[in-house]
Amino acid sequence: MGRVLTHIALMFFVLIALFPVWQVVNISLRPGDQLLSTKLEFIPDGATVQNYVRLFTEKDFLRWMANSALVSFVVTITGVVFASMAGYGFSRFRFAGRTIGLLSLLTTQMFPATMLLLPMYIMLIKLGLINSYLGVVIVYSATALPFCIWTMKGYYDTIPVSLEEAARIDGCTPFSAFYRVILPLAAPALVITALFSFMAAWSEYLVASQILQDTNLWTLPLGLKSFESSMSTEWGLYGAGSLIVMIPVVVLFLALTRWLVSGLTLGSVKG
Amino acid sequence: MYTRRDRLFVAFLVIPSFVLLGAVVIYPFIYNLILSFGNMNLTRIRDWQLVGVRQYVKILTEPTQPDFYEIFLKTVIWTVVNVVFHVVLGVFLALLLNQKLRGKAVYRTLLIIPWAIPQYIVALTWRGMFNYEYGAINVILTKYLNLPAVEWLKSPTEAFLACILTNIWLGFPFMMVVALGALQSIPSELYEAADIDGATWYHKLTRVTLPLIRPVMIPAVTLGIIWTFNSLNIVWLVTNTGEPSDKTHILVSFVYKAAFNFYNFSQAAALSIFIFVILLALSLFFMRRSRATEAAY
Repeated sequence: MGRVLTHIALMFFVLIALFPVWQVVNISLRPGDQLLSTKLEFIPDGATVQNYVRLFTEKDFLRWMANSALVSFVVTITGVVFASMAGYGFSRFRFAGRTIGLLSLLTTQMFPATMLLLPMYIMLIKLGLINSYLGVVIVYSATALPFCIWTMKGYYDTIPVSLEEAARIDGCTPFSAFYRVILPLAAPALVITALFSFMAAWSEYLVASQILQDTNLWTLPLGLKSFESSMSTEWGLYGAGSLIVMIPVVVLFLALTRWLVSGLTLGSVKG
Repeated sequence: MYTRRDRLFVAFLVIPSFVLLGAVVIYPFIYNLILSFGNMNLTRIRDWQLVGVRQYVKILTEPTQPDFYEIFLKTVIWTVVNVVFHVVLGVFLALLLNQKLRGKAVYRTLLIIPWAIPQYIVALTWRGMFNYEYGAINVILTKYLNLPAVEWLKSPTEAFLACILTNIWLGFPFMMVVALGALQSIPSELYEAADIDGATWYHKLTRVTLPLIRPVMIPAVTLGIIWTFNSLNIVWLVTNTGEPSDKTHILVSFVYKAAFNFYNFSQAAALSIFIFVILLALSLFFMRRSRATEAAY
């Protein structure tokens, strides 16, 4: 009896969790004349992939995708390289400014978005860098980096120091002990860091909307929002685009859940 | 003691990150602080002056449209309601999932999905679902539950409620995952001992489970409060920049509007500092408490 109730409760919440996703799928498959239908069918009448085709033929979807991929790629590389190095430094060495450094990384999480965005925006106006990817790449890297450094540090903390000591005795330099011995072992944390940096760039709308005003530079979020903000919302295109944008992220995210759990708990408990 | 080589190596590891963070976090922070004591706006972007605490005084004393204290109160309600629902739902689902159950992994995976979807897509999709005539929510209310349709996005209270519903939906998986991690680390002997002592499920919950997941939940709740307080995407996009007539703002969306729609740069900077100070104080309070609780176990 208890078991049945558990299943019912879980199914109820799964239904709620999936309902909006199903809505997006549904809308993306609707033919043009049924976008405003009030029927809740699982698959809409006369389902069609027309919206997906229009996305690539009539709209600049491919260009937005290329732009987003470029920005996300640069942010991911920056995040992984910087966080893997700094996290190692914080984990293995005691140096002046270490505690302050770690605490200030935590503090950045309390900054409201505008606190960094506004000064950067004014700076970019003054430097004439509005409409450049440099601006968004810098802001995204900076937002993702503190969390990534903490994740990396937490993971390195779980790798025994004796491994490097052995490598050093065998004649490794500090750098090669780090690069050849420890870094490969930290692969799970590197994957999480890459995922978070990537998501920070791939899913960001508000910063991009201020900095990238030239439609040629638009990233996916700006493109998708444009379907919604025009006088009549193009729901079909919006649904199709959203689905294409979220599928890779959702799949990646779900595949990495297990590591996410351990990464998060380690970080918060061990501090 | 470290050798010279070790020190050079540490510098090589840490300095790049700190240069980047210094350039894009610490410098903007200081610039923002200075800006908050000035009078910069769109017409005075190059010849602005320092005017002391005028912006802060103005925020706290002069009536603004919308009212600052109302927004502040709304932000508190927003944060408390969201985090309470996130934690209660998250822990509840984690408890359900933390038992021998067929299809457990499938449930867990599906329940995490709201967390995985990019927030702006969540917001825009829910905005569509809250549409009065053809949004799915009203269709369910009227067709299946025989309730009157709700004008979700046209009046302040309902629009605010719509934002909260959206944000609850998006936030519970994080707490669920954290709680699940904490539950799995509780040794089963404790429950066996409790069974031998004849404890009811209620006693096991309140005397064993909850106290033991508390040390993990408190940092997560702190993080949750910070994230929710600072969460801009949902309110901004669900209400389409604060509709109707800027009555749905929480502090961060109000600041965003002040900065990027009204170009009151200095006012926005002062508000940002205000938010930061509140969150810093709150986190220090929680961190002290969590240290106290860790010492207790």
